[in-house]
Amino acid sequence: MLYFAQWKVLLICAVCALGVLFSLPNLFTPAQLAWLPGSIPHKQVALGLDLRGGSYLLLEVDVAAAQTEQLNSLVDNVRDVLRNAKIGYTGLNVENNAIVFTIRDTDRIEDARGALAKIDPSLGVDISPDGAGKMQFTAQATDQRRAQAVEQSIEIIRRRIDETGTKEPTIQQQGQDRILVELPGIDNPEHVKALLGKTAKLTFQLVDTSVSVEDARHGRMPPGDEILPAEDRAARGGQAAYLVRKRVMVSGDTLTDAQATFQNNEPVVSFRFDAVGAKRFGDATRENVGKPFAIVLDNKVISAPVIREPILGGSGIISGSFTVQSASDLALLLRAGALPAPITILEERTVGPDLGADSIHAGAVASIVGVALVVIFMFLFYGLFGLFADLALFFNLCLMLAALSLLGATLTLPGIAGIALTMGMAVDANVLIYERIREEVRSGRTMLSSLEAGFTRAFGTILDSHVTTLVAGILLYWLGSGPVKGFAVTLSIGVLTSLFSAILVTRLEIVTWLRRWKPREIPL
Amino acid sequence: MIRPLIVIKRVPRIDFMRWHLFGFAFSLALGAVSIGLFASIGLNYGIDFKGGTLIEARTEGPADLAAMRAKLDALHLGEASLQNFGDPSEVLIRLPQQPGGDAEQQKAIVMARQALGPGIDYRRTEVVGPTVGAELIRAGALATGLALVAILIYIWFRFEWQFGIGATLSTIHDVVTTIGLFAIFRLEFDLTTLAAILTIAGYSINDTVVIYDRVREAMRKHRTMPFRDLINLALNETLSRTILTVSTVALAVLSLLFFGGEVLKGFSIAMLWGIVVGTYSSLFIAAPIIYYIQPNRRAAAREPAGPDVQRSRP
Repeated sequence: MLYFAQWKVLLICAVCALGVLFSLPNLFTPAQLAWLPGSIPHKQVALGLDLRGGSYLLLEVDVAAAQTEQLNSLVDNVRDVLRNAKIGYTGLNVENNAIVFTIRDTDRIEDARGALAKIDPSLGVDISPDGAGKMQFTAQATDQRRAQAVEQSIEIIRRRIDETGTKEPTIQQQGQDRILVELPGIDNPEHVKALLGKTAKLTFQLVDTSVSVEDARHGRMPPGDEILPAEDRAARGGQAAYLVRKRVMVSGDTLTDAQATFQNNEPVVSFRFDAVGAKRFGDATRENVGKPFAIVLDNKVISAPVIREPILGGSGIISGSFTVQSASDLALLLRAGALPAPITILEERTVGPDLGADSIHAGAVASIVGVALVVIFMFLFYGLFGLFADLALFFNLCLMLAALSLLGATLTLPGIAGIALTMGMAVDANVLIYERIREEVRSGRTMLSSLEAGFTRAFGTILDSHVTTLVAGILLYWLGSGPVKGFAVTLSIGVLTSLFSAILVTRLEIVTWLRRWKPREIPL
Repeated sequence: MIRPLIVIKRVPRIDFMRWHLFGFAFSLALGAVSIGLFASIGLNYGIDFKGGTLIEARTEGPADLAAMRAKLDALHLGEASLQNFGDPSEVLIRLPQQPGGDAEQQKAIVMARQALGPGIDYRRTEVVGPTVGAELIRAGALATGLALVAILIYIWFRFEWQFGIGATLSTIHDVVTTIGLFAIFRLEFDLTTLAAILTIAGYSINDTVVIYDRVREAMRKHRTMPFRDLINLALNETLSRTILTVSTVALAVLSLLFFGGEVLKGFSIAMLWGIVVGTYSSLFIAAPIIYYIQPNRRAAAREPAGPDVQRSRP
């Protein structure tokens, strides 16, 4: 053990040197780093949101709601198909993620099945002999749609957040239907949350003036109509709801642009359709001159102007009771597009920048004091060998920082606690070795064989103790979240680097000391 | 030559085994009280597990807690808890979980901010909805359980099963009494506390393994020595290491406790208790248990485990 092959010495020295080199950038501010030559590594440890300040949001995509909506839009197709085939039915509705209906004439079940199967291949048709029918998405189609909805949501969320000008946002999928959003530097996420909370589904629908809203509500609902509430009742002259045709004239997905502007000194949103949208909007307005139509956002009527003349230019203006902020938000939402499904915020953690700075300061002070105390302690109890352990501890710290920087791991406040804790635990390996050496000396062994025995006998114990800590660290990483994950990372990396530093580096230091100074006894 | 300033000259001869029944009784009582507290008054769960809203705010000048509480109570969001946090101008506000699902929590925080009015710097806001809270509890319990099982398997693999039982019992003791500590002092139990508990489990095992290693070695070396003396010998031989390691880790944890800020306080308290109780349990529970379920000395002697295997390594 007291002999080191040349290549091993070089390897250990190289690892330590690289550790120092790659941990160095963390001592500088970004401004100083930019000034340094490019040959020096620049990568710093990435700070978690709890240290740099920012907002962490965990969102859930309501996939079931999206599916219900899709089924709702397919109900019309089912009605058309059955009517065209002249098959009598009752009770057509959407219930529990399925379209349900009853075929009146049980002899025509086969016909109905054949006709309905053509609507959508991913929609399974199931009609029992008594005529009760049920159409449901197949499991495969459901999974596919879920994946699609989440993917689309991520894209739309990214666009919305980019539009707000947030720097370096992280948006990623977590689990099956969740999205994790990290917004560094945002200390009041209310605005972003409001933007994310809106589905922003815009439609233009005709208003049905043949029946009053009151009458429709009390059972005289014309087929194909629905009652929608007004976005802002006070601004609508007291009208709280509108009776509108369910059929959508044009929907927001045909918009190519939307901007907040002013009309008559009032904030409004101007929009422009693509070619398809422009044609549809033109046709619809030409056929309905003189009638009101509703501009509907997320099932609420923003305004219901009367069509004075056909709008053929493919552009228009939405006026309502907007403020400058709400007009620019609506324009932003329309530009970014509608979410395929509603989104709920499950978890939010926001840390202001000054608390982050305070935490960095507190964590740094605690770590420095902790390390200093351990260093002094080791020197008091082990003298020269204590200094050897301290030097190894220094390399351990550098290696940890280097590993964190290179792996791109995120340092959180509990992560800093992990570093401080690892420093206290790392010297345990040295303590085990030194105590063993002492014992061997006491039992009358020679100097060299005591050193040798100390290292080899302590090794098994050191390995056992490190593995158990590593087990706890890995489980924490696996099951923990956010800041706790940061703790698990530093703890686990610390266990690995301290194995290297306490065993190999300390041993190399002692071997070098033996060769250089040819001591006659062990100063323990 | 730089010599140590403080040296423990000789191996002490403390009769640890003389105290072990007292240790068992003490630990059983402590464990029973902890479990009783956990079952009766339960833990003061933080919002990570309970769900709800936490706001750390800083006011201009010392905070008027009564006025702020009155403003929040007017919202009827359930019982708001306000307390000073480190500094008189800093307030920690907790709102209970709102009924009606995840979206309601978000509304509560907007209302609270409006009610408190301007002039307040929101340093930290955490909102955990019911969905995530339930998941975190499950994940936390799973992590602790799996950690214990994994450690048991590892010890079983490296030692005889008797050691595995001793190590697991003493680790469960440490985890249970830490939970008891949090229950009796109403310390907030959150995700960082859970991290501390898992670290304590790792540390406690670490301590126990060092002693067991020595017991096993003594079993090989002194084949005729009575088991009681053997355990005493192992404990005494490792005592200086035990004290030194506890001291270095305690130094690190104490500096976290005093300089690490309010956020790490719960973590540091749990860790400090954990390393003290972990060391105690290694000495007075883990080691004496081996006296009662003695591993087969012949098997232990035959097994070429530990240091002898390592000798062949380069």
